[in-house]
Amino acid sequence: MHILVCGGTGCKSSNSDLLVSTLRNELLENGLDKEVQVVLTGCFGFCEQGPIVKVLPDNIFYVGVKPEDAPEIIAEHIIKGRTLQRLLYEDPTTKEKIQNAKGMNFYKKQLRIALRNCGFIDPERIEESIARDGYAALGKVLTELTPEETVQIIKQSGLRGRGGGGFSTGLKWEITAKSQADQKYVVCNADEGDPGAFMDRSILEGDPHTVLESMAINGYCTGADKGLIYIRAEYPLAIARLKIAIGQAREYGLLGKDILGTGFNFDIDLRYGAGAFVCGEETALIHSMEGERGEPTFKPPFPSEQGYMGKPTNVNNVETYANIPPIILQGAAWFSSIGTEKSKGTKVFALAGKVNNVGLVEVPMGTTLREVIYEIGGGIKGNKKFKAVQTGGPSGGCLTEKHLDIPIDYDNLIACGSMMGSGGMIIVDEDDCMVSMAKYYLDFTVEESCGKCSPCRIGNKRLYEILETITKGKGTIEDLDRLRNLSDVIKDTSLCGLGQTSPNPVLSTLDNFMEEYEAHVLHHKCPAGQCRDLMTYWIDTENCVGCTACARVCPVSAITGERKEVHLIDAALCIKCGACMEKCKFNAVYVS
Amino acid sequence: MSSIKIELHENQVNELVEVCKSFSNDPLELIHVLHKAQSIFGYLPAEVQEIVARELKVPVAKVYGVVTFYSFFSMIPKGKNPISICMGTACYVRGGEKVLEEFKRKLGVEVGETTKDGLFSLNCLRCVGACGLAPVVMVGDKTYGRVSPDGVQEILAEYR
Repeated sequence: MHILVCGGTGCKSSNSDLLVSTLRNELLENGLDKEVQVVLTGCFGFCEQGPIVKVLPDNIFYVGVKPEDAPEIIAEHIIKGRTLQRLLYEDPTTKEKIQNAKGMNFYKKQLRIALRNCGFIDPERIEESIARDGYAALGKVLTELTPEETVQIIKQSGLRGRGGGGFSTGLKWEITAKSQADQKYVVCNADEGDPGAFMDRSILEGDPHTVLESMAINGYCTGADKGLIYIRAEYPLAIARLKIAIGQAREYGLLGKDILGTGFNFDIDLRYGAGAFVCGEETALIHSMEGERGEPTFKPPFPSEQGYMGKPTNVNNVETYANIPPIILQGAAWFSSIGTEKSKGTKVFALAGKVNNVGLVEVPMGTTLREVIYEIGGGIKGNKKFKAVQTGGPSGGCLTEKHLDIPIDYDNLIACGSMMGSGGMIIVDEDDCMVSMAKYYLDFTVEESCGKCSPCRIGNKRLYEILETITKGKGTIEDLDRLRNLSDVIKDTSLCGLGQTSPNPVLSTLDNFMEEYEAHVLHHKCPAGQCRDLMTYWIDTENCVGCTACARVCPVSAITGERKEVHLIDAALCIKCGACMEKCKFNAVYVS
Repeated sequence: MSSIKIELHENQVNELVEVCKSFSNDPLELIHVLHKAQSIFGYLPAEVQEIVARELKVPVAKVYGVVTFYSFFSMIPKGKNPISICMGTACYVRGGEKVLEEFKRKLGVEVGETTKDGLFSLNCLRCVGACGLAPVVMVGDKTYGRVSPDGVQEILAEYR
């Protein structure tokens, strides 16, 4: 028997480590530690319900498990064989208790290729990876296929880069393979900087061996014997698991000299990022690996021709690599049968924001946004009204109600004014102000712009300032034209992908939510009630009982009034922090 | 860079010199070395950057350029309990900004500053990837999920 416990960052934050040790202790006390194993796995994806525990072979899926629940799980489920009803997932609409993942709407429509091993194996034990076909693709490639044949399979599969650009992976491999040089490199881009996306981290934490295997396959195809993983220093758990995985792979002769006795040499090292979003851009990433500031340079030459240390370098992101072994083992035809005409396979999305089921979701390309948000995501939190879904992070845009039935793929998202990006999907509801949302992303870009070229360094700062003026109620209708013109200039004249896409959140909100911008500049109102400067706090004279709670909590003493008498807010002093409203038990404080 | 000279402990300096040696004093490993240096000293004041520059035989200006480029590196000492508020999009739409405001108010510091008693420093970070728990706050290595402005006082009290 096995008890699988999620050890992803989300569940770990909810104390899954303590849960594991408590479970192990309970087993030991009951003399069951030999029969039942507790395994800390990678992310199951259903982060909203974490920490998650799965009992095999019964295939029972428990949600929201706390360390205190451990004794009961052992006593009831393991010893007496009774399923603990109270820890089962309850379907929010039917109120039915669901025993396993197959019965949950969250998993029904998913197809897991990149995430196939996450939540199934102990990422710190190479044996478990091998038991699920780990390194079988590497073995097949090294013994049965030539590098050219392998590249052809990847090309035919139709796999496109999962980091955002969507460039053909097979073509990239082919270019690197054809570049002539005495030394080549394989790089894995694990600098997942898009705020709100965490699929790469989950793959590295849950199935690190698949990335190592894939990089070795790439090395065989391109003629490189050295691999480098560029990983964010903010991901300590992923770093630790990668180090363990690399050590084990070397021990098993799956990395290092003469792999599987075929004479092929390949080894992998780690390089650390230090917190710079722009380093997700491949030329910037390469400079950062060379110990420089991560500033992008002009392409061409592309890294496949001249990359790390001036040598041909194949750069792919984590999710792209995770797709390679299944393609080799199951064939290009199988992979290209999934998805849409131009986007093959699946895509992992990090579903977050105002949605019921936050988590990692892998669906075939061509699934609609409606299916992802309403069926898998379980709809909007608190039965609020859906307003928009933001895809592609700071480089992407907002899609609205009218886009919900469009099949998701690279080209459709671009046609709607957004982009795939790395797969962040943030749901926004009626309480969110779209002008503030655009401002949020610009704030991010301003901070993350490397400063090398002026359209991005200065232009984005000016965009931010205009947006700030608007959210303060001091904007004019001309500002909206200024936003659009400046956005176009930044897009046309910036050097790298960061600047070329940074105005997208502004443009797509202008396109889809013009009425919100107009409400801000013409009527000085924020329809979502989020822009503080456009709000005034009032005390309702009928509901106020004079309890003085608001006056006591007000940080600037803007509220006056005698005990048991109606209170009054001095609008000139009020800083609109909302503390009074939160404190009032009589619904007497309101905003207009 | 600051004009006040900071006294560095000799054993820490020796440790740093050893770190540089372990990377063969290779300038390509600058970022790696700075990560190690920051874990030795807690931050990267000018004096530390000078040692790194000397050991790797690169201009101090280059080291300074790299230190200031990456947000992970800090030239200001952090508080005993560094507080990081996640400002990733998921946390933002679930009210991360309000939580940040509350921390600023309770601590009387701005983002990037340390309280006078050295107990807390306040910073923002971009997405720790625990979006299911948004909004998220980290104090040292401990993660707090679903934090509301009301819960801020309670978190601070744990460390006072």
